[in-house]
Order: sequence, then C-alpha cells, then structure tokens
Amino acid sequence: MEEVRLMKGNEAIAHAAIRYGCDGYFGYPITPQSEVLETLEALMPWETTGMTVLQAESEVAAINMVYGGAATGKAVMTSSSSPGVSLKQEGISYIAASSLPALILNVMRGGPGLGTIQPSQADYFQAVKGGGHGDYHMIVLAPSTVQEMADFVGLGFDLAFKYRNPVLILADGIVGQMMEKVVLPPARPRRTQQQIEEQCPWAATGRHGRAHRNVVTSLELDPAKMELNNERFQRTYAAIEASEVRFAEHYTEDAEYLIVAFGSVARICLKAIEEARGQGVKVGLLRPITLWPFPKAEIDRLSKQVKGILTVELNAGQMIEDVRLASQCRVPVAHFGRMGGIVPNPGEVLTALFNHFPEAKQ
Amino acid sequence: MKEEIIIAGFGGQGVLSMGKILAYAGLMNDLEVTWMPSYGPEQRGGTANVTVILSDTPISSPVLDTYDTAVILNQQSLDKFESKVKPGGTLLYDPSGIHHKPTRTDIHVVEVPAMDAMLEMNNSKTYNMILLGALLAKRSVVPLEAVLRGLKKTLPERHHHLLPLNEQALRKGMSLV
Repeated sequence: MEEVRLMKGNEAIAHAAIRYGCDGYFGYPITPQSEVLETLEALMPWETTGMTVLQAESEVAAINMVYGGAATGKAVMTSSSSPGVSLKQEGISYIAASSLPALILNVMRGGPGLGTIQPSQADYFQAVKGGGHGDYHMIVLAPSTVQEMADFVGLGFDLAFKYRNPVLILADGIVGQMMEKVVLPPARPRRTQQQIEEQCPWAATGRHGRAHRNVVTSLELDPAKMELNNERFQRTYAAIEASEVRFAEHYTEDAEYLIVAFGSVARICLKAIEEARGQGVKVGLLRPITLWPFPKAEIDRLSKQVKGILTVELNAGQMIEDVRLASQCRVPVAHFGRMGGIVPNPGEVLTALFNHFPEAKQ
Repeated sequence: MKEEIIIAGFGGQGVLSMGKILAYAGLMNDLEVTWMPSYGPEQRGGTANVTVILSDTPISSPVLDTYDTAVILNQQSLDKFESKVKPGGTLLYDPSGIHHKPTRTDIHVVEVPAMDAMLEMNNSKTYNMILLGALLAKRSVVPLEAVLRGLKKTLPERHHHLLPLNEQALRKGMSLV
C-alpha cells in the first residue's frame, strides 16, 4: 500500500511525472504553477531516473523543446499558467500537426493579458477550440482534486502516446495551490531507447539501416497531401471522441435540475447541491473530466430528464456553449460565473440556481 | 465529524504554516483534509488566510462561505470573518491590535492573549503555535499528539531541535483558554 501524503496539486504533478518515467520537463516559472518546476528541481530526478528538468529561457523555448523531445519518441512535458500557455500555442499547433505525443499543464489564472494570479477557468475556449491555428484538437483533462492532478499525468501520457496527440491538463489556481491527501502512482523506470524505438516506429531516432528516413514535420506544401493529413487527424479525433469521453455524476438519478461544472468549481457546486438537497430541491451535478472530447451524449440524455441546466464557470460563460449544443436547447441553460480571479462560494452558487430557476424552490 | 476552519491574519504571522501543521495533524489522524491558502501576492504585512477542513467523510468544496471556527489575528480579518462564523461556532482572536472587539453573541468568542504569551516566551517564532494550542483546547479536532507528529513532518530535519520549543508553545496556548 502506497503512503498517503499531503501535498499541493502542483507538487503532485511533479512527483507523478518522475514516477511515470517522464523523460523531460521543460518550463518557465509563473504563478500559480511555479511549484511544478520548483518541486522537480528539489527532487533532482536527473540523479535517479535520469529525467531531464530544464528551466528554459521562455515559454516559447520550452514548448519547442517539448516538440523536439516528442519527435524522438520521448515522454516530455511542459507546464505554465494562462499568459504562458498563450505563448505556447504556436508550438502546440505544430506538435498536433506533427502527430506527436506531449503533455501540457495549464494552471489557469485570471485574464485576459497578464490579469491576476488568482484562479480562473477563462482558458476553456483556448483549450478545447484550438488555441493555436488550424483544425486540431488536444485531449483536455480537467482535474478537480490533488489526486486527479497526480493521476492525470499518467493518464495524459498514456493517451498522448496511444493517439499520438498532445494532451492538456486544464487545472486552475485552486487545485494547483491547495493541499490534499494523495496516493502517488507506483514508480516505474523510464523506457529504454530500445523500448522507445519499438513503441514509436515513427520517431526520429536515427535511420538504423532502414530504407526510409523518419521525418517529423508539420509542413506539407501539396494541398492534396495536406488534405489527406487533415483527414487522418480527423479520423484520430473521431476515434478519441468515440472512446475517451470521461465524466463524473453526483445525484443525477432523480435530478430535476442539473449543474454542469468542471475542475475545482464542480466541488464548490457539489456542496451547494448538498445544501439544496437538504432543502428538498432535486439538483444533480455533471462534471466533465474530459473537456474535449466533451460528454455530449450524457448531457443530451440528462437534458431530456431535467427542467433546467446551470453551468458554473470561472469565466463569462464558455463551456455553456457546448452544453447548449449538446442539450440542443431542449431546456433553459443558464450561466453563473465569477471572473478576474474571484471564486464563488457554495452559497453564491445556490443563490444563482434559485435566481435562474425560482420554480426549483417550490 | 467535520470542522471547517479559517485562520486569518497578516503575512509573516505564520498563518499558512499553522494551517499546514493542523492539516498534517489531520492526515496523521486518518481524517480527510483540505488546505486552501489565499495565495495572492502575500508578504510580511499584507493579509493572509487559509481554509483548513478536517472531516471523517469526503470533502466537497475547499472554498467555503461559513466556518465552524475562525482564528483571527488582526482587525481586517476580524472585520471580514466575524459574520462568517456559523451560529454556535467559535471565534478565537488575539486582542492585541484589535480596536473593535467582536460583537456577536450567538457564537463562542474566545480571547487568546497570544502576543503577550509570545513575549513572555521571548521568541517570536512561537506565536502561531500558541494560537494553535488555544484552538486545540477549545476545539479538540485532533489530539495534541497528532499535531506534534504533524509538526515533525512539516519541519525540515535541520529544525527538529525546535520541536520541544514548539510543544512548549502549544501547551502554553492550551493553558490560556
């Protein structure tokens, strides 16, 4: 039985990366995620597993180091917070276009611009609708606990290698900064070069007498060939949408009203729902764990059961668009959110629910 | 059992580390634990607070609107959090530097002259442990023994010679209320 520890979400990410057998981390400090780099530097994994930890000269440099490492089949990652993740978007688009596995962590803070350092979820659009240019998707995981921060490192890398696609862990300042109990995943050694070459026959690892060279590039000047690339990407996205949708539900069985929220906000909503249930109001919670692929079918199903849906987000209303699409506007879908780094408490969520759906109280 | 606690004061008073030691004590006592700091640009002199939840059932929200217990170290924090203590809850505060005392009568208000006790002990580093001791005396959410184990876990080994001093401060705090 692994030891139960108490640590911050950001620290859990660092521990989990080493234990997964991550080959390289490249980052640049920014609040509220600097503990990822700090913890890695303190743990000095280059002396144990041989993992590279490098503070790059900028976020742009870091994501391009990830691009290079991923091209050789290594398990590589970077982390940042909102303004820094904006800087990484070009590199992420190139990684997606080159069909490379990579793990990116965004511990969101208030924006736009440099904004605040307090928690936010205002990068939802950036995360699930592209961010960078071109028709691409990342698999987007939204952790709500420190345990999920730890678990999603391994899950993220596994999905990235399974689909040869970048994976984003979209966290927020709360889950990055809070301490909770966590059981870390078991430690395993990094893959050997031979294992990497077996697992990643596409990787740029040297020609080894092969007839062809492995070339990793996002450039294809022939439109007909580029369209074939695009079709291949779309087949990958369809496969991901068919098999990788993840969500959690609480109290939905008999729910007459539904709250949809992700990340740490879902937990604030859960407490509000428990209070509502205490007053005899039948509210349920759907927490998307993958924001892309989005749990469309489940929202569609629940929208036939409930009388109204409230999305709660730390932004002006972003995920609500996907909830409206998935529910086909069968029932009213309302939004409650705070911005700028302000986090609502459970009482505010409950008030918002009753403001939007006063009939729920009867 | 579930105890929702806010500890609030100036940065530099040991608010976050007091919460951390309490959280570790919860861990040692097999409780569910969350420790949620206000992680703004706090520094010595600015305000700082931390929400600690200890529970024997899973914890949903790490962010709260009301608290079972508040430990208040300055006037700004008293102004902000006095109204957020649940009826029947407990408010512990250090009267030094407080100009407007708490006025609520539906909660247990406990004066903890921790600043005076700290001066008596002649060591400014003991301040937060005196307050934690007072908290434990009023709200026995975790046994002192678990706190001592939590302290050992959070203090780097090079500071372990300070453990007896901290235990002394905890016991001093317990004797104040």
